[in-house]
Amino acid sequence: MFYREAGQYKTSYAADQATFPILQDRIGIGIILFVAAVIIPLFGNDFLLQAVMTPFLVFALATIGLNLLTGYTGLLSLGTGAFMGVGAYACYKLTTIFPDVNIIVWIVCSGFFSAAVGVLFGLPSLRIKGFYLAVATLAAQFFLSWCFIRVPWLYNYNVSGAIEVPQRSLFGIPVTGPNSAPVTRYLIVLTIVVVMTWLASNLIRGRIGRMWMAVRDMDIAAELIGIRLLNTKLLAFAVSSFYCGVAGAMMVFLWYGGAEADVFSINQSFTILFMVIIGGLGSLVGSFFGAALIYILPIILRFVPAELGVPLNAATVEHLTFIIVGALIIVFLIVEPHGLARLWQIAKQKLRVWPFPY
Amino acid sequence: MDVLHHIFVDPFVQMAQAPDLLVQTLWEGLVGGILYALIALGFVLIFKASGVFNFAQGIMVVFAALTLVGLHEKGVPAYLALALTILVMFGLAFSVERLMLRPLVNQPDIILFMATFGLTYFLIGLGELIFGGEPKVMIASELGLPKGSIDLNMLGGFISLQKIDIAATIIASVMVVSLAVFFQKTRIGRALRAVADSHKAALSVGISLEQIWVIVWFTAGIVALATGIMWGARSEVSFALQIIALKALPVLILGGFTSIPGAIVGGLIIGIGEKLGEFYWGPLLGSGIESWLAYFIALLFLLFRPQGLFGERIIERI
Repeated sequence: MFYREAGQYKTSYAADQATFPILQDRIGIGIILFVAAVIIPLFGNDFLLQAVMTPFLVFALATIGLNLLTGYTGLLSLGTGAFMGVGAYACYKLTTIFPDVNIIVWIVCSGFFSAAVGVLFGLPSLRIKGFYLAVATLAAQFFLSWCFIRVPWLYNYNVSGAIEVPQRSLFGIPVTGPNSAPVTRYLIVLTIVVVMTWLASNLIRGRIGRMWMAVRDMDIAAELIGIRLLNTKLLAFAVSSFYCGVAGAMMVFLWYGGAEADVFSINQSFTILFMVIIGGLGSLVGSFFGAALIYILPIILRFVPAELGVPLNAATVEHLTFIIVGALIIVFLIVEPHGLARLWQIAKQKLRVWPFPY
Repeated sequence: MDVLHHIFVDPFVQMAQAPDLLVQTLWEGLVGGILYALIALGFVLIFKASGVFNFAQGIMVVFAALTLVGLHEKGVPAYLALALTILVMFGLAFSVERLMLRPLVNQPDIILFMATFGLTYFLIGLGELIFGGEPKVMIASELGLPKGSIDLNMLGGFISLQKIDIAATIIASVMVVSLAVFFQKTRIGRALRAVADSHKAALSVGISLEQIWVIVWFTAGIVALATGIMWGARSEVSFALQIIALKALPVLILGGFTSIPGAIVGGLIIGIGEKLGEFYWGPLLGSGIESWLAYFIALLFLLFRPQGLFGERIIERI
């Protein structure tokens, strides 16, 4: 009753092609952006900003990246963690070689290095697909992880083998490094994520996105209607790795403040893949849902026993979290195999016809 | 020129000069390969019968070994603990079929694949909760597995063979042969092959899919237990084994997802290739190339034979 497109007439092509054609959607996204950009920085404490919201947004961006590849182009990849690592190490090298350039520029630029590596490891996708391709991307994952440890040039011959984020400022305000405020970092992450999500949503609505989806649905048929598989698949790898690279750079520079190679291990790749599938393959809003569920749920679970007054030691809670997350994944897949995005669609449909049953 | 010399000449000169070292390396690769092959075997069994790419095979290995050691620590005699562990694996197979596979029937492959991820998390949490996360020592001698090593004096040097490795080789061969007999000669085995060929056709001639799935997951559980015992006896039982189990993936690529002989041959190629590469070519790149070499070997194979060595030819229709 309150949420419907009936009566909202479009009088121009621009209005018809808007990202959010329904008025209620526009209001909703406005409220969400207002809460994210004003309310949370004003009233959230450091824990919420630094340990919940910033990581959530970083993961959401990486999930969007993998979703472009797996959900929209149908290419299964297990190398996400490594591509994030490429972004992080590229950003570190760039900012230590050219310290005067704005750090935000380097965070975004590091995506291009990640994209180049992604294209290189995406080449086998032309011959193989499905699980075979997943194993081929594992080669990328393990090779790059090995490089992060064995090529000391990447971490500037640091004795600890880790990268430490140097302090960089923007208009005199410290943005990265130990002295920067969580609020500043959060706002920068938020801006980058919002802009890149908007770009992605336009990318997948346009010609490129339709090419990707045609390849996903049946690549031979796509080839027959004149889509070049080589360009399309490699472009998907490039864009996906670009997103993952930026997410990786943000992860180290704006969240961790320093990282070792095992941050970008195979487990990271699996986590992102979880988020994509739980959120919904081929859905941008699902990427946010998935990231929220997989990242924030364990945090909440950790606080539940303490709130209930059940005395459990940290290790037990950790193990219980594993069990519950594992069980929840299975339950979610059984209840709704198309992910949280599909639940969201169903909810919207219900809202549309409310208070009538159909 | 110098680099080329190091790549194409030096390693072979070394091999010719010290044949005993070469044989030793080959043997170690062989044993490693057998263990990879066993993990891959578990994957293949489940993939053939239910089309599920079972990511949880690695953690099933750890879980089975942990249960065995954990039970023994609680005071259960070794052989009774073994029997109880087999029972636990049956319980696991049964509940996986009942609680996970049955509700997810007819879903796309990737959904089932993800469900086995959930299972992996669940088993990691459960294993750590019950038995603790720290590495444990496998009860090898209590189970009658030999210890120590045999030193052979040949080829102008020493070759040392660990007895446990020899035992592992024998047990693995026995297991593969008995599985082959089970698949070819028994009624259940024939039903399993029928299900692997076509779910629908198998159902229509009265084969119970549910029953077959329990059997096949149980078989994979026993293979996992055997793998866990042998791997545990060679090093220790720990959750790190789960990452090593990922090496079974390139093995599968080499052998093809649906071929049992493929899993064995693929395992041996990967195991030997990896050890040779690490020993002779590793120093060129800085050591540790073992972690990714297997995947690169598999990748090279894929470029020429996308369906693996023994896999069925992939035919695509529009």
